[in-house]
Formats: sequence, structure tokens, C-alpha cells
Amino acid sequence: MSQPAASAPRVRSVNPAAALPGLAAGTAVLYLSLVVLLPLAALVWQAQAGGWSGFLHAVRAPDVQAALKLSISVALIVVVVNSVFGTILAWVLVRDDFPGKSAVNAVVDLPFALPTIVVGVILLLLYGPSSPIGIDVAYTRKGIVLALMFETLPFVVRSVQPVLLELDREMEQAAASLGAAPLTVFRRIVLPNLLPAILSGGALAFAKALGEYGSVVLISGNVPFSTQVVPVLIKGRIESDDQAGAAAISLVLLILALVILLGISLLQRWGTRHDR
Amino acid sequence: MLVLTLGLAAAGCGGGSAASGAGGASSVRLVAYSTPADAYAELIKAFDGTPAGKAVSFSQSYGPSGSQSRAVDAGQPADFVHFALEPDIQRLVDDGKVSASWDQNQYKGVLVDSVVSFVVRKGNPKGIHTWDDLVKPGVEVITPNPFTSGGARWNIMAAYGAQLKEGKTPAQAVQYLYQLFKHVPVQDGSASDALTTFTNGKGDVLLSYENEAIRAQQGGASVDYVIPDQTIKIETVAAVTKTAPPAAKKFLQYLYTPAAQKIWADNGYRPVVPGVTGKYRFPTPPQEFTIDDLGGWDKVMTDFFDPTKGIMAKVEQSIGVSTSS
Repeated sequence: MSQPAASAPRVRSVNPAAALPGLAAGTAVLYLSLVVLLPLAALVWQAQAGGWSGFLHAVRAPDVQAALKLSISVALIVVVVNSVFGTILAWVLVRDDFPGKSAVNAVVDLPFALPTIVVGVILLLLYGPSSPIGIDVAYTRKGIVLALMFETLPFVVRSVQPVLLELDREMEQAAASLGAAPLTVFRRIVLPNLLPAILSGGALAFAKALGEYGSVVLISGNVPFSTQVVPVLIKGRIESDDQAGAAAISLVLLILALVILLGISLLQRWGTRHDR
Repeated sequence: MLVLTLGLAAAGCGGGSAASGAGGASSVRLVAYSTPADAYAELIKAFDGTPAGKAVSFSQSYGPSGSQSRAVDAGQPADFVHFALEPDIQRLVDDGKVSASWDQNQYKGVLVDSVVSFVVRKGNPKGIHTWDDLVKPGVEVITPNPFTSGGARWNIMAAYGAQLKEGKTPAQAVQYLYQLFKHVPVQDGSASDALTTFTNGKGDVLLSYENEAIRAQQGGASVDYVIPDQTIKIETVAAVTKTAPPAAKKFLQYLYTPAAQKIWADNGYRPVVPGVTGKYRFPTPPQEFTIDDLGGWDKVMTDFFDPTKGIMAKVEQSIGVSTSS
């Protein structure tokens, strides 16, 4: 990367990381290990405490299967909805000018700041049996979707926004001057450029939706086989002193999230290779 | 060590602790389940006014009973523990944190009692008085999921034992649980979530500890409560850990004094020390029973609450089949 400036000794290295190449990488690895990898390894260790048959037994239990189906399907719905509306929101925030825009921009991140249990309480008050606006979706799957939509909205908005800001508008103008309708410009020029960002935002939203507990536990009703999502079921296993079972089911969630995240990044790499 | 990763995730939500000045004197680390927090605020103040309690400082941690027990088991420092049910202390005994003789006192380790009661809407519009009333058409019952809420297991055992007291066979009593859970539209994660659900307008009856019903009324909730003729005596248990300082033991002794038990009574808990009364009436249900009458927690945990083979796992499965369509 940086050529040793032997011929120009007065030029000093401006990149300390390049001067100490091992340090940055070492710090990154150590940090990642302590904060993420070690806990994950501990989880895998716990999950295999009952052996392979114990793992299968834990994961194949009928209530686990039902909860997995529910969690995956609501997560997929949420991802699709938030990909569409998150992209629209990002578009409005980048391309449109209106009073209070920076306030709206700040509001988008609030779901990250609120404690999830507070989100649950507020949604229950607003969209529960005593709803002041007459919408009651509490204790149904719709309620779960609503809570997860709230929790995962920032992901797509925040991954699409910077791409949209960087996007070269001359391409769009060229297409328009050649007679392309606005929708065609969006479909042929803008969307292909945004797609990788939408996908990676969607993948993060999916992973978060699979594991979300606090905002869902109040509004879902938690009826096994009906409205009980996987994280609530896992809490039940812990509370029943079935640590290995809880870890095994968590591992399934982890693998699902990993597969989606890896899949998206492969798709993106494949996409960029075929673009150029 | 490894238990910690999962245990803390569950405990994290209820952590909150506050330490008061150390001052070189002894301090007691109190770890308890959620509801007695208000009572302990008064009790610690009153203890401070006794010779034994002079200059003793407290750090306090409250959360769901099972999570708190698991946190202590995983290493959270604790001198004095108070849980909603005995298995949460047994866990600490099994791992050597609490002496096996913890229940060798006059009260068998039980600090205060309560009973499982029916919390109903103000004026009891649906006329709920008996366990049979809960399974009448159109009645919605709220009770936490017995797998996520350890404390809610008292509710299940109350329902089951009441059927036996009514003269049914064990098989018929189990059948009642199947029937009952067809009337449960929401199974909250914890007792406090269930109370939120109920006060938000969902359901006709909330199965709850009597002391929590009293507390809800004190808090201004528009509810009444009914104590059914057949119900279980809830026995909440307290102990000191093996490493506890003498001050913790003195605190435990203090909690059994008539003065302390009166504070419990005024907070809605049934005192275990005879002759103590408070501002609430605690009528003894004519057909009260205890967990020992049903075989004790060990047996009940396996028979009812094994997450895959227990009776309640099957009950949950049966309602799932009928509601998931």
C-alpha cells in the first residue's frame, strides 16, 4: 500500500496503522474475540452439553418447531415491509427538502435508543385493548409484526441513506433526458444501485427480528404454538433449568442469522462482479 | 461460569441495585424477587432502628425469582436471599452456596405467606367466585406462562390442588388444567407483565398472589380480588448464604419478629408468626392446602413443569393445536 519514501526522506508516514501493521489487526482480533467470539463459543459449548441427540431432541420439540416457524415468518414479513418503507423514508430524507427534516432524521434512530421493554409497554397502550385510537392488534401475530417493524426500521434507512447521498445524479439526469419516465429511471438506475444496501439493511433487520425479546414479550401474548416467538420460548427453557436446551435453540437462531448475513454478502459480491 | 452467559441475559432486565454508605460497618447484599421491594424499603429502615441493625448498610437487587436465583448461582454476590418459591433456594443449596440446613427453623425457612387469588374487574361483573367459574363460556383468564414465570407455577398448582379438594381424581384435575388453559388468551412472561395486561383491559380474571392484588389496589388499579374456598398457601422462602456476615443473619432473625412481620402484613403479605395482624384481613380459605400436600416441589417440578414431558407441556400443546389454525 504505502511505498517506502526512500527517495523523499522528508515525507513522513501519515498512516500510523501502516507503520504498525500488526497492532491494528491484533487489537481488532482481540476485541472481536472478547466481545463476540468467546460468548458465541460458550453458547456452542453449552448447546452441545447434551450431545448431538440432546441437541436434536431440544430443537425438534413441537413447541420449538412452532415458535421457529412463527419467528421466521414474522421476521420475513418485517424485512419486506421495512425494506420498502425504509427505502422510501431514506429517499425522502435525502432527496426532499421540508421543514423539520433534521428532526425526522433524528427520530429514525430512536427505536435504537428506547429500552425494548418500554417499546412493548407503549405499543400495548397504543395498539392494545384500551387503544385510544381504536386499533387493537395486541396478543396477535399482527402485534408481533408491529413491534418488530418499530424495532428494525433504522437498519434499512441507515444503510440506504449514505448510498443515496453518494449516488451520481448525472446518470439519472442522462436517462431522463433520453426520455425515460421517472419510474423507469428509478427502476433501471436508482434501484440497482441501492439494492446491495437494501439487502444488507434487510439482513440486519432479519437477524434483529429473530432475536428480539423485550418489545415482543408484552404484546405477543406468548401463547405457545400460536403467538410465542423463539426468544420467549428460550426464556422458558432457562426458567425451567434446561440450559442446554436453551443454548441449542439459541444456536439455531444464530445459525439462521449467520446464513442470511453470509448469503447476502455473497450475493453482493456476485452482484458487483457481474456489474463491472 | 458458562451458565452466566445465559443466566445474566435473563437477569439483566431486573438488576437494579443501590448501595448506601459503607462507613466501615458491616453491609448486607440482599437479593430478592421483585414484589417485596417496597416492603424491604420499610423493613430495612425499621431494622436500622434496632440495636442489631445499627450501622448496617444494604445493597439491594430485585428481579424475577428464577433469574435472581440463577444470577446468585452464577456468582452474583449475595448474603441474604428471598425467593418466591423453594426450588430457587434449593438451586443454591445444590451448588453449596446456601447451607442444607437453611430451612431448619420453626417456620421451615418460610418468611411470609400469601395465597393464590382471583383478581377481577371492579364490582366483579362476571360473578367469579369459584374455580368452576373460570371455565364458564366467555370467561377470559390471564396467568403468566408457567415456563417463563417460575412464580406462576403457584397458580397452576392452586388450580390443580383445588380440583382435588373438590373431590376430583388426579386425572380429572389434570383435565381441568386443559380446560382452564383454553380460557387463557395471553400467557405473559412474568407476573408483572400479566398485571399490565390485565389492567390494560384484557381478560376477566387474573390469577395472582393475594399480596400482588392488594398492591395493585394500593396502586390505584380498579380491581377487586376474590379468594376461592380452595386455594394454595404460597410460601415464600428466605435464607442467608454460607459466606454471609453476622449482620445478614441478624436481619433474617429480625424479619421474624412481630414488628417486622407486621410490616409484611401491612404490605399485603400473610405473616407466618402467629398473632400478628396488620391493616388487611387475611381470612384463611376453608380448604387451604400447601405444596407438600401435592407431593412437594421436587415431584411437582418433574410431573408438571418438565419443558418437554411435563403435564403443562402437554396442556400447552393441546391449546396450540386448537388455536394455531
